[in-house]
Amino acid sequence: MSSETALAAERRARGLAPFLRSQMRNIAPFLTLIFLSGFFAFASPSFATLDNLGNILTQVSVTGIIAVGLTFVILCAEIDLSIASIANVTGIAVAYFTLQESYVNIANIPLPGAVAIILSILLCALLGLVNALGLTVIGIPSFIMTLAMMQIAAGISALLVRGQIAYKVPSLITTLGSGSIGGIPWIVIVAAIMLLGGHLVLTYTRFGRYVYMVGGNREAAEYSGLNVKLILGAVMVISAVCSGIGGMLGVAHFGSAQQNEFDTYLLDSIAAVVVGGTSLFGGRGGIGNTIVGLFVLGVLNNGLDHVNIDSFLKILIRGLILLAALVINVYAQRLRERTAE
Amino acid sequence: MPEVRSPILELQGITKSFGGVEALRGVDFALHPGEIHGLVGENGAGKSTLMKIIAGVHTEFSGRFLIDGAETHFRSARDAHAAGIAMVHQELSVAPDLTVAENVFLGNQPTNALGLVQWRRMAREAGEQLARFGIDVDPMSRLGDLPIGLQQLIEIARVLFSGARIVILDEPTSALSPPEVERLFATLRRLREQGTSIVFISHFIEDILLVSDTVTVFRNGRKVAETASSATSKGALIEAMIGRGGEALEHSYSDDLMLPQPSASRVVLKVDQLSLSRSLKDISFEARAGEVLGIYGFMGCGQQELSRILFGKLKPDAGTLLVDGTPKTFASTAAARRAGVALVPESRRDMLFHQEPVYKNISISILDRISALLLKPAQERDIAKRQVEQLQIRPPAVGLDLGMLSGGNQQKVALAKWLTYPPKLLVLCEPTRGMDVGAKNDVINIVRDLRAKGLAIIVLSTEPETVLSLADRILVLKRGAMVREFRNEPVSKDRLLEAA
Repeated sequence: MSSETALAAERRARGLAPFLRSQMRNIAPFLTLIFLSGFFAFASPSFATLDNLGNILTQVSVTGIIAVGLTFVILCAEIDLSIASIANVTGIAVAYFTLQESYVNIANIPLPGAVAIILSILLCALLGLVNALGLTVIGIPSFIMTLAMMQIAAGISALLVRGQIAYKVPSLITTLGSGSIGGIPWIVIVAAIMLLGGHLVLTYTRFGRYVYMVGGNREAAEYSGLNVKLILGAVMVISAVCSGIGGMLGVAHFGSAQQNEFDTYLLDSIAAVVVGGTSLFGGRGGIGNTIVGLFVLGVLNNGLDHVNIDSFLKILIRGLILLAALVINVYAQRLRERTAE
Repeated sequence: MPEVRSPILELQGITKSFGGVEALRGVDFALHPGEIHGLVGENGAGKSTLMKIIAGVHTEFSGRFLIDGAETHFRSARDAHAAGIAMVHQELSVAPDLTVAENVFLGNQPTNALGLVQWRRMAREAGEQLARFGIDVDPMSRLGDLPIGLQQLIEIARVLFSGARIVILDEPTSALSPPEVERLFATLRRLREQGTSIVFISHFIEDILLVSDTVTVFRNGRKVAETASSATSKGALIEAMIGRGGEALEHSYSDDLMLPQPSASRVVLKVDQLSLSRSLKDISFEARAGEVLGIYGFMGCGQQELSRILFGKLKPDAGTLLVDGTPKTFASTAAARRAGVALVPESRRDMLFHQEPVYKNISISILDRISALLLKPAQERDIAKRQVEQLQIRPPAVGLDLGMLSGGNQQKVALAKWLTYPPKLLVLCEPTRGMDVGAKNDVINIVRDLRAKGLAIIVLSTEPETVLSLADRILVLKRGAMVREFRNEPVSKDRLLEAA
């Protein structure tokens, strides 16, 4: 039986209305995206252009790279609040290991580009591992564990740059972060590849299945003989490494590495995953949802600029949209549970 | 004697049904002032349902309900409480993170004129109350830090001293040690002298005979006997509970069943001197290939903990496990699975993914056998289809979400997930609980098939029928200790009940 006929059988068994109810978490974000795009296209002639689409894609790329790992974490019904800090410290680290111009007053350690990149990735993986050990071995809830890590990573950042700004990163990172090929920015391509990779892992690998099962019912996963702690630990490391990659490319994209550069990415990444419809209770959703969520946020941020709205009001509007998405998220979960029983 | 006074509580012709199934049929029940009234009956006989009607938990029923001779109808547990009725439920319902004193005064802490809690007074009075009960604890310590038995005693103490005229205790002694039971009984007797009426539900018939004045026996939603405790015996009560000779339910298990010669096959699991804090004491036994070992005991006897230790979910305080002669200390359930142990816990909710399709539920435990890295959904579905056919799971659509299957079929899925690559040792907790007769028979046949294939199987149940219908050898657990082994000898429901 192919998955289409299974779906059809499911639909027949339940009727259309319950089927739509169970799919609400996928449908609602998509409708939101269409509605927002339509609204901004109508309100501003400069919104619905190919150029602007390119802008939106570039604007969501760093968030997208970070959100790949976060999707794994949220699918497991955990949270990672250290993503933005880890992105920041990794971006700073890669600059720290690169020879800076003479006017940059940082006592850094210049190394060959490849070594700098590898060391930086090791750093973020290590921080992810600390998150993982705190969560699984010691048993600290991820909310608190990653809150501490957020501070630790920020602390390492501060020690590395000491209030200064670094500009140079290895040339590979510069290319991927700010170059383009055939008119398409490399950073968009990297984000697309990572999102695709995340999707393939979640959908087609054994590990991906385990992630969904652990998120769907942790107790049942344990009674099925899965190594739940190992899976939870792995997603924390994946999240940290994705954040680190996002941080390195982000530094190249912005053209500088400094303290607190990524602060807004924490909320944006969580918002992208949750607005997209991935369940905060775990087990439902995926990269497809995250992509829709990224576009909702991207269109919203970009579109609000086009309609010339009070930039202070923008923040409030984003908050309200996030609240609405949370309401739908929780409500969709309840609907789904009711249909399942 | 109670007869000379009029009853404080009287129920006449109570009938209560749940979705078409009658849990109580025309039950009369009377409770007199200063009486301890014991209730016995099998699981599902209707004892707890009746008590929940009295305590205002179930408010929909037919029949007359009189308090002090006046007809009453409770709309909630709050109404019952106002009428002086209090109940200690079988499951512990305390607030583990609050102090002992706060738990004793839960919901009515003493406050001063400003509405602030009077901590010192609360601690002093809680200490005094507990001391009367023979409990010596610091009232300001956190309740959750105390042993379970002590927590249960404190909960009982809270209800007993709440000033209620009628106190209902549902299985209060299951987690208590013998001296704690003694203390509880002394307190009950003292309250009886002060005129409090007490209803006492227990599986431990000795306890009932020891402390109660009157005993009522329930069977199948009916009251089948009421007698003075002094005029009856354990044997007579068990007979009344299971209905020897007459109107047997499915089969008459009161007839003796002959257990076979003990198997001499390979020892798959050897458990030696296993202990777990208050739950298990020095448990030793063996499970052999091609044999079903039944472990019977009342709720709270330690079965659940034992099964969790075998599957690596709990770590024992002492003792060893040997699988195929190799000592094992399971660091995780994954380690137990790799060593060839499988567990089906009593709660399906705990081991199945209700929002996932049937085939993913079946394949989850064997994914590492069919795919190293990439999933093979077609193969998963084939395996699932074979299991669905073999176990006759209905409907036979492996793509349906599990939550849409009936309970019996879900239980079969829970078994199916372990059967494609059968384990060495299969541990089943309450494998037939809550199933209809057809599904029960299916499960019994599945287990017999597996035994024939040479698996070692352990069946743990609080229902004697389940153990009797499946086991070749039966161990009886009582308050965490192994008290009796039945092998190569006649066994029956009343013999099991006697032993437990």
